[in-house]
Amino acid sequence: MAERAVFSVRKLGHTTSDIVIRLGYAVRFIVLTLMHSGTSFRRFGLIIRELYYTGVQSLIIILVSGLFVGMVLGLQGYETLQTYGSESALGVLVALSLVRELGPVVAGLLFASRAGSAITAEIGLMKATEQLSAMEMMAVDPIARVVAPRFWAGFISMPLLAAMFSAMGIFGGYLVGVVLIGVDEGSFWSQMQNAVDFREDIVNGVIKSVVFGFAVTWIALFQGYDAPPTAEGVSGATTRTVVTSSLAILGLDFLLTSFMFRGV
Amino acid sequence: MERSTLDLWVGLFVCAGIGALLILALKVGNMSGFSTADTYQIYARFDNIGGLKPRAPVKSAGVVVGRVGEITFDNKKFMAKVVLTINKHYQFPKDTTASVLTSGLLGEQYIGLVAGGDDANLAQGDTLKLTQSAVVLENLISQFLYSKAAEGDTKK
Repeated sequence: MAERAVFSVRKLGHTTSDIVIRLGYAVRFIVLTLMHSGTSFRRFGLIIRELYYTGVQSLIIILVSGLFVGMVLGLQGYETLQTYGSESALGVLVALSLVRELGPVVAGLLFASRAGSAITAEIGLMKATEQLSAMEMMAVDPIARVVAPRFWAGFISMPLLAAMFSAMGIFGGYLVGVVLIGVDEGSFWSQMQNAVDFREDIVNGVIKSVVFGFAVTWIALFQGYDAPPTAEGVSGATTRTVVTSSLAILGLDFLLTSFMFRGV
Repeated sequence: MERSTLDLWVGLFVCAGIGALLILALKVGNMSGFSTADTYQIYARFDNIGGLKPRAPVKSAGVVVGRVGEITFDNKKFMAKVVLTINKHYQFPKDTTASVLTSGLLGEQYIGLVAGGDDANLAQGDTLKLTQSAVVLENLISQFLYSKAAEGDTKK
């Protein structure tokens, strides 16, 4: 009995120190990546290639889900607002909820599962098949050649994807609200323009998406780079990427929101 | 994939992203509003501004002619001091009245300007002499109750 208690306490200590060590490694990893970014900016073609795989190929899922999220917001918002006779505020509801929260968060979650998992699997497999070691043998730094371009591609494409998600969502809300249900078009746009502030709402949304892009790409790259070089290890790392970055997005979103919109 | 097609797609992607940001800024937000136009500031003191917020519209005859700027408390006169930023296109006489109004029953509060008959126009930095405070619902109800009570007294 006592032996088991000692064992479980020991295991707890081991797990804790393991987590702290991995966190330290992750921080060292991102610092190394940022330090080696100069090389990848001089070879911008590498970043463009990664932008194609992370950004352009995520376009379809981002645009389609943005459209549908906006349409559902339009339908549900109309149902609720109509009971208060203020359905002309539909534009405000759709625009504010998309620009402030749903755009960055849902685009970030989709980005984590579409692009983040792909990055982890790719780097994990590169490690498992010893491509990274081969690069080191040829005196090519894998962080500068493989990791840094993917980091910057994710960092650049995430805010753009979030902006497209929000714009598409507002278009979806317009389609359902104005075209389908028949809310007055003038009040839909003018109330939206009165209520949405450029600095307060749109810029804060963009800041959120930049932070999410940083977090998701960092987690995805690190999980891939740190994955055990086996088939099982790569699959586990891919799962961890999606879970960890989704939790990171939601947690960071709460933090950022409490800083940005304190309702002063 | 061919290098140039890759570049083309990425270029289109970045353009679409920046386009979406521009749409958000111009069509959804209020970047296209008064922020770029030439404006002048006038001041108004109110006994009570109710729920007036900075950036609320300033309307005359229902047309938006400017925005509310800073709202501060004047510690000498014990009144609220409101900065009104008016578009240069609109000139108002010196004896214009400003009042805090509400759009609709539960709508936002704004400042309504009613022009007077003076020949001289308001200039940058002028202060409005005539102002009307916001209607406070509690005061309105108590007034109504008092007048009802007074009516009851006279009837007896």
